[in-house]
Amino acid sequence: MTVSETTMNQPVQAVPMLSVRGLQKIYKVPGGEVEAVRDLTFDLAEGELVCLVGPSGSGKTTLLKCISGLMEQTSGTVELNGSKVTGPPKSMAVVFQEYGRSLFPWMTVRANVELPLKNQKVPKNERAALVDAALKSVGLDHVPKSYPWQLSGGMQQRVAIARAVAYRPQVLLMDEPFAAVDAQTRADLEDLIRTIWKQLGVTILFVTHDIDESVYLGERVIVLSSSPTVVQEDLKIDLPAERDQLNTRALPRFMELRSHVYAEIQRAKLGPVTEQITAQRRASLK
Amino acid sequence: MSPLKRVTYFVGLPILLIVLWYALSFGSTNFFVPKPIELAQTLWTTWIGDRFFDDVLPSLGRLAVGLFFAIALGIVLGLLIGSTRWLRNLLEPLLEFFRAIPPPVLVPLLMLLIGVNDSMKVAVIISGAIWPVLLNTVEGVRAVDSVLNDSCRSYGIAGFARIRYFVLPAVTPQIMAGVRQSLSIGLILMVISEMFASSSGLGFTIVQFQRNFAIPEMWSGIVVLGLIGLGLAIIFQFVERRVLHWYHGLKEITHDS
Ligand SMILES: Nc1ncnc2c1ncn2[C@@H]1O[C@H](COP(=O)(O)OP(=O)(O)OP(=O)(O)O)[C@@H](O)[C@H]1O
Ligand SMILES: [Mg+2]
Repeated sequence: MTVSETTMNQPVQAVPMLSVRGLQKIYKVPGGEVEAVRDLTFDLAEGELVCLVGPSGSGKTTLLKCISGLMEQTSGTVELNGSKVTGPPKSMAVVFQEYGRSLFPWMTVRANVELPLKNQKVPKNERAALVDAALKSVGLDHVPKSYPWQLSGGMQQRVAIARAVAYRPQVLLMDEPFAAVDAQTRADLEDLIRTIWKQLGVTILFVTHDIDESVYLGERVIVLSSSPTVVQEDLKIDLPAERDQLNTRALPRFMELRSHVYAEIQRAKLGPVTEQITAQRRASLK
Repeated sequence: MSPLKRVTYFVGLPILLIVLWYALSFGSTNFFVPKPIELAQTLWTTWIGDRFFDDVLPSLGRLAVGLFFAIALGIVLGLLIGSTRWLRNLLEPLLEFFRAIPPPVLVPLLMLLIGVNDSMKVAVIISGAIWPVLLNTVEGVRAVDSVLNDSCRSYGIAGFARIRYFVLPAVTPQIMAGVRQSLSIGLILMVISEMFASSSGLGFTIVQFQRNFAIPEMWSGIVVLGLIGLGLAIIFQFVERRVLHWYHGLKEITHDS
């Protein structure tokens, strides 16, 4: 299935590319239950780049695993292109938080990027072209014969991104992909994501706990509350489409937006606590 | 390390020991301890010639066949049991029980079941050498990395492709550790299987020499066994370096940082 086919078959008033409805996930743990995600509802239109921010432990990874069909939710639904997600969908790719553990250490960089295509029985010539292009787009065309563990963290994460890009997914999910790389690399990788997004027209859901990153990258930012998690805010980022690290981050609008998101996150963190305190006060007033 | 240095390390201690042995047995008349030169001569005259084709090669053949099946079966069954949770839970206690049985006691049993022939001897080798590979493989499959596993699932890598590209390579370090143990168990069982009701083979010949008080010949047989063990170890190292070069590289890097 190619991207253009599905676009043609779609009605004009398009079904959202990705639709999350009332998603809840309760983990069963020894001696009880942990409600990681309470009630999440949001949509991603085709070709959107949306960032999801939330404090640590707010269930971002949990949410992504449910969306990608790697884990079953407790209730609610996830729909990709109008059809329910019950297992890992073919047209979705995930870039994981732990880059050091998501590449096969026994395969070269090239073999790693190639494997999903090989598995899909893409013809050899086409495969080679896709792998070359993907490695080039992440700036790693000079190390195809290296092994992942011979590369720096930032380079490994770029290999994981190249693998996802070569696979040509309709939806790309990324779970804090840059959390463990240094600031300079991170800035480069952020620009890389926007470039790839523009080139491929892929729908991206990018999870991060970095507020600046979410505002810089996203066309929209979804702010999650802390656990048990709901959508705290869904914010449109009205920054110019052409972004660059120096100028965009210096724009007054960028400052406003990031302060806003920051305040929301603070509110999200305090939320349940303030409620608790009010409840206690109310109780003591009686 | 330079090649010269490596060779020196490799042969240094053996040479030293031989010299020591030579010095200590010089002028000794002990019937049971041969002198180095005498032993070397016996080694040559005893084993090069008919015995090599009648005893050594058949023994080596049975060892090779036995080890091959032990390793192959161990890997295949280990992958199967390791990736099926109910099968693993069901079989694990039983496997530990079988592993705990000292394989030599199976020789009389297998003699009754199969008869005294090559198949019995191969069966003895398999029945002892399979366990380290099998149990290590099961353990390895259980412990495959969860993130790599999720990567496979999200890219739809399943079934045979999953085994071929993910599980098997991921488990290779454990498999090789098991193989290393299996090799020495196999060699021991090769000798033992030939000591009972047999008329040829290394084990049989060594016992025969001992019964006839052909002491230097007996010693030379032991040296042959030692050389076979050494040969196996060298082949093993060679193969392991090739198959697990990524593993050693990865380990080196994680240890450095
Ligand atoms: N497998 C699990 N079993 C039980 N509880 C879990 C499991 N995985 C996550 N949790 C719990 O669910 C909550 C959300 O975890 P999750 O990893 O989704 O958060 P996160 O937003 O991705 O955090 P981070 O920013 O640190 O990556 C946490 O309270 C965590 O303890
Ligand atoms: Mg996470």
